[in-house]
Amino acid sequence: MDTNILFIFILSIFVGFEVVSKVPSMLHTPLMSGTNAIHGIILFGGIVVLADAATPLAQVLGFVAVIFGSANVFGGFMVTDRMLQMFKKKQQP
Amino acid sequence: MSSTVALIFIGVAVLFIVGIKLLSSPKTARAGNLVAAAGMFVALLALHGPEGRSIWTLGWSLNYALIVVGILVGLAVGAAGAYSVKMTAMPQMVALFNGLGGGAAALVASLEFLRLARAAERVPAMFLDPALANRLSALAGPLLFATLIGSLSFAGSIIAYLKLQGKFEKPHTFPGQHYLNGLVLLLILSLGGWLTFEVANRSAIAAFLVMFALALFFGVAMVLPIGGADMPVVISLLNSFTGLAVAADGFGLDNLAMIVAGTLVGSSGTLLTLLMCKAMNRPVTNVLFGAFGSGGATGAAAAGGIAGTVKPIQADEVALLLAYAQRVVVVPGYGMAVAQAQHQVRELAEELGKRGVEVQFAIHPVAGRMPGHMNVLLAEANVPYDQLVEMEQINPSMDRVDVCLVIGANDVVNPAAREDKSSPIYGMPVIEADRCKATIVLKRSMAAGFAGIENHLFYKDNTRMLFGDAKASLNALIAAVKAN
Repeated sequence: MDTNILFIFILSIFVGFEVVSKVPSMLHTPLMSGTNAIHGIILFGGIVVLADAATPLAQVLGFVAVIFGSANVFGGFMVTDRMLQMFKKKQQP
Repeated sequence: MSSTVALIFIGVAVLFIVGIKLLSSPKTARAGNLVAAAGMFVALLALHGPEGRSIWTLGWSLNYALIVVGILVGLAVGAAGAYSVKMTAMPQMVALFNGLGGGAAALVASLEFLRLARAAERVPAMFLDPALANRLSALAGPLLFATLIGSLSFAGSIIAYLKLQGKFEKPHTFPGQHYLNGLVLLLILSLGGWLTFEVANRSAIAAFLVMFALALFFGVAMVLPIGGADMPVVISLLNSFTGLAVAADGFGLDNLAMIVAGTLVGSSGTLLTLLMCKAMNRPVTNVLFGAFGSGGATGAAAAGGIAGTVKPIQADEVALLLAYAQRVVVVPGYGMAVAQAQHQVRELAEELGKRGVEVQFAIHPVAGRMPGHMNVLLAEANVPYDQLVEMEQINPSMDRVDVCLVIGANDVVNPAAREDKSSPIYGMPVIEADRCKATIVLKRSMAAGFAGIENHLFYKDNTRMLFGDAKASLNALIAAVKAN
């Protein structure tokens, strides 16, 4: 395995720990929802395998994977945005 | 990988990291989410296939039509879910999206694995192209891992979703359950281990399918015994699982963006899970294997020994107490969310504010069914977030609070966590509502909370119970305060 990739992988673990460690608990739900949307990048994995699919079964399963991934990424970001929209500070009249 | 693609990936990684970072402050959180979404869009530009070739140069085929249609269907489903879901049902929605991500990760990994296994099957091992043989041995591990974790996360998330929807939310346990689960896990691991080295074996595909089915079963079996009260921890854990599965897929498909994004989610999700367990003062192993919610029987038995009686109160009396108080603390819980009463709570707080009463909201980290759930709901009702005070900040001054209004919260204000060593929640930090001069509990009935434990607070001398639907009670309170 390419050691560069391993290096990036290890660094990502620490960065992931670091960026979350200071999040106040009031933002935990949006944070969980936001990171949930980020792993929707699996959509690209779905696109890659579907593009390569050679049998009808692979096409069906790849199609399902693309739908799942697409719902994950779009739904995830939209629902997070909807949540965060409500965190706007109230205007004092 | 060309240097342009490498540069794009660095940009994508930066966008994701900055996005999560911005999510950590209420002022920049919304921008952070959009930054992360932008990262996703940029990653699309650099999308490439397993052997480094661009997937946009393969020419038009049925598969591309399927990709476009699939994306549009997913977009429609995701948008419909995201915009129709009620704020009280947020945790379920996150669980569902997470399950879909996990399912996609498992499908992607299995398709790639089966493709490699088929290619290997067609030629006897000794004539196998060395390059392909190398790819097989290097990629089998990550692909099998992604299949396992992804399908586990898919099945587990669906069960968590159903539990939060109120279907079989009680823990399901039977004797020998841990042994059965252990046995299944052992089987999965040995199949996985064997497959890692025997991808080219004739029975590889059959073994793989068995492993897939067992992983789905294990996901269900793992979450079923866990009580509904612990679902937030489970969802957070499964969220990080999906992240890891996506990262493993990234290794299998040679996609750096997937590795970075998946790993970020995996590690941040793990930390978030630990933070949540810390808020409940329980080790994560206890949550996963303890079948916590099943403590109902012991809780009910202990209830007989509680000193004091339950004392009801009328709305008019509460209104008087509130109107002439100096400092009022509201403790909201999931009951407030169920009654859709957050707008009434805000109205009451405003009304009291006009009369010069200092109103604060005490937020327990795990109130509701997800950390921050109460903040989201109160923000929806336009409660300014500087009125929201976290548990640690408010507890030291609780004895100077005139009236504490507990609305639909139960386990998070139970003094048994401090007083009763035999209680299943002993040691969990709680909001010390029993130390206020007067505590009013708005509650539908005397039913036990989500954790199935009797609440000692209801029997204290300075506690009064205002029975009824939270929304109706609050409307009566608002009217009575206005009349005063």
